[in-house]
Amino acid sequence: MKAIRRFFRSAGPVNAASSLIAILVGLVFGGLILLISNPGQALQGLGIIVAGGFGGGMKGVGQTLYYATPLIMTGLSVGFAFKTGLFNIGASGQLITGGLAAIYVGVNWTWLPDPLHWVVALLAAMVVGGLWGAIPGILKAKLNVNEVIACIMCNYIGMYGVNYLIKNSPSIYDQLRNQTVSVDPAAAIPKWGLDQVFYNLKGNYHDVSSVNGGILLAILLAVLMYVLLNKTVFGYELKACGYNRHASKYAGINESRCILLSMAIAGALSGIGGGLMYLAPATGLHIEVVDVLSAVGFNGIPVALLGLSNPIGIIFSGLFISHITQGGNYLQRLNYMPEIIDIIIGVIIYFSAFSLLVRNVMAAILRRHEASREKAVLKKGGA
Amino acid sequence: MDASDYVIEMLNITKDFPGIRANDDITLRLRRGEIHALLGENGAGKSTLMSILFGLYQPEQGVIKKDGREVKIHNPNDANALGIGMVHQHFKLVHNFTVLENIVLGVETTRHGFLKMEGARRRVTELSQEYGLMVDPDARISDITVGMQQRVEILKMLYRENEILIFDEPTAVLTPQEIDELMRIMRGLAAQGKSILFITHKLNEIKAVADRCTVLRKGRCIGTVDVSATDKEEMSEMMVGRRVAFEVPKAPANAGSAALIVQNLSVRSKTHAKPLVNNVSFTVHKGEIVCIAGIDGNGQSELVYALTGLIRPDAGRIFLGDSEITHASIRKRNDYGLSHIPEDRHKHGLVLDYTLAENLILKSYYKPGFQRHGFLRFDQMYRYADALIEKFDIRAGQGAHTVARSMSGGNQQKAIVAREISERPEVLVAVQPTRGLDVGAIEYIHSQLVAARDEGKAVLLVSLELDEVMNVSDRILVLYEGEIVADVNARDITAQELGLYMAGSRRSEVI
Repeated sequence: MKAIRRFFRSAGPVNAASSLIAILVGLVFGGLILLISNPGQALQGLGIIVAGGFGGGMKGVGQTLYYATPLIMTGLSVGFAFKTGLFNIGASGQLITGGLAAIYVGVNWTWLPDPLHWVVALLAAMVVGGLWGAIPGILKAKLNVNEVIACIMCNYIGMYGVNYLIKNSPSIYDQLRNQTVSVDPAAAIPKWGLDQVFYNLKGNYHDVSSVNGGILLAILLAVLMYVLLNKTVFGYELKACGYNRHASKYAGINESRCILLSMAIAGALSGIGGGLMYLAPATGLHIEVVDVLSAVGFNGIPVALLGLSNPIGIIFSGLFISHITQGGNYLQRLNYMPEIIDIIIGVIIYFSAFSLLVRNVMAAILRRHEASREKAVLKKGGA
Repeated sequence: MDASDYVIEMLNITKDFPGIRANDDITLRLRRGEIHALLGENGAGKSTLMSILFGLYQPEQGVIKKDGREVKIHNPNDANALGIGMVHQHFKLVHNFTVLENIVLGVETTRHGFLKMEGARRRVTELSQEYGLMVDPDARISDITVGMQQRVEILKMLYRENEILIFDEPTAVLTPQEIDELMRIMRGLAAQGKSILFITHKLNEIKAVADRCTVLRKGRCIGTVDVSATDKEEMSEMMVGRRVAFEVPKAPANAGSAALIVQNLSVRSKTHAKPLVNNVSFTVHKGEIVCIAGIDGNGQSELVYALTGLIRPDAGRIFLGDSEITHASIRKRNDYGLSHIPEDRHKHGLVLDYTLAENLILKSYYKPGFQRHGFLRFDQMYRYADALIEKFDIRAGQGAHTVARSMSGGNQQKAIVAREISERPEVLVAVQPTRGLDVGAIEYIHSQLVAARDEGKAVLLVSLELDEVMNVSDRILVLYEGEIVADVNARDITAQELGLYMAGSRRSEVI
């Protein structure tokens, strides 16, 4: 009994509940928008959004996992930086540079033995993403340049730089489609049997979802990040720097190194996200040469907020955002404009970001409740 | 006495905060024209009580009467309308405004939307002459001394025609001469019919200026006494609940070899031509407490930052024993045996969002006892924390798991002192280690400093409190405008002489 009460008083459940409430508010608003744009099918529409990937059978669930993979990675990237007191808004650039590195290795380094090819390609994504993240890190640590500005600039430099490099590298450029060519099959992330689980049966034909081993890697990395932040000396230093830079310096922690490493790790996580995205097998996903920043990078921010920057929470928030996105896709079956769907998802993500606010309100209510109960106990004791 | 003689009555005030009753049935009655001291330790409920009077909190029970009539004070505007004004511990002044602009701020007289300052200027000049509060109305706040700033705060209350003046620990930032001046001003105000509530935990000041004194302890009212009929020991016993030693008991210093040597240290300012620390040289020996006295802002902070590695000195050398540490990293200095109780416990001393246990290993988390293969050893961490909590009597709601932010200031400070002393340093640099603490905690920290000294450690104490300087130290260095202007034995100097050195009006020829 006592253990249960302690569990509910501890931070975890309150945090999770706050995120859930934020999601609920977002859904209500989404429902309102549905109601305004097409009252007749609003309830049905809301049902489809809530059902999310489940609306598409096992394949749908697989698609949810597939789209969640890079979201979890960029969410981890943003969340990790948050925990160390930095706002990494540069996940977009880190993702695209990492993705390009993965594609380059995946297309060209065919001399690698097959089982190693995808591993090396993914490592290349990690290294390049990490270096891309380290640039704002160095600027912040050495010159005290605000990382937000440096990250935003790096997003654009990354996006245009990647476009330039693709156009000037005949080996990876598909001129006809104005995008990168497909990677060598050996460079694709293995499916690890997930295709045997997530498919819909159409007669005898397996309608397989795009899910691959990437989701397992993302979850593994989230667990690793959790351990790194909460159990290790390095995580202790990073968090100390994040909470109080001055006290960390006073305690002899090298805060410049902390900032640099923190941004490099955040960048590496986004870079891996890009690698997992563009190395996914047989999806036809390529880097298109267009002047648009990667949305997956930015969606890492609401994922991190909704997961309250906790790596384990981010697994779930990434899955959730992917889940409602899937639901939104299925919403096209009804009479809704695709733009409405984007708006609704936007609204839900927007309210998800309020989870922090909800958490504070809830904490205040809980405190008041506890105080009044204690007072009642005191009164009883007095009488 | 007739009830109408009380200008303010706070009757049976009770105020609850989550988990704690901050004020429990407190009654405070302020007579017209008296100086009434409110004495209590940190957390005794003084600030809460005054916040209720100032309209920042609403009490659960009890009534407030002004001139015998019951009043409700919902916010500071109500308080102001009733003639209640407050000088906060940390002044609420706009630094790049002039004195006059600060005084009229919020009650400006305007015509057609334009400021009309002539009337205000005349009124301020009248007031400052009437009460002997000389200020230059056109000086910028950033250019005047802390004592002057306090006068501006007082003038602000007078300009608003407040009758009841609350002073929240007004002497914490002043020099001895400025304190005397403030006492004179307060007496003058009372003589003119103003009623003053004076929050403090300094008994000397109460003896010097107050008529009556109400003592709070742990949220309860212990009693109201006539100051002239009560001695300091009685009042402190009422406040703490036990006898308190004012003199720090200590044997004569037994100075050994040099532990900290500073040679020609200079720190330049980024903005001014004048160096912040100017060619400072001194030595601290094992087994002695050397105190750096001086008024705030005379280079103490920069000197300590340079010693502890938070900033790089521009010239000079620093030695710990035989090793030069002038350019060593902070971590290296710690490993050489330098501990540092910092001036600002929230900025430097603690990671407020970490638990108490995590804060207690802030400087030793990387040592083998607390880590294995890069993983923190939580069991060791909590064992160590529990031991320190026990030994140093750190009080925290959830023990080692308490988040530092939720602890009281005194216990936060105890945690820092515990951490720094437990590092077993060779040299302990303590900057205002007792700032904002109550008598009991001060006594404890002083005894810890003396104990460290008696163990043969070198202690460098930086303090703004004259009592602390006189009581604890063996040798006193006075820092004035970045230079050492006196190096004296603590027994050979009076507080008044020290004040002259601190104010820069005397300079010892020895240096």
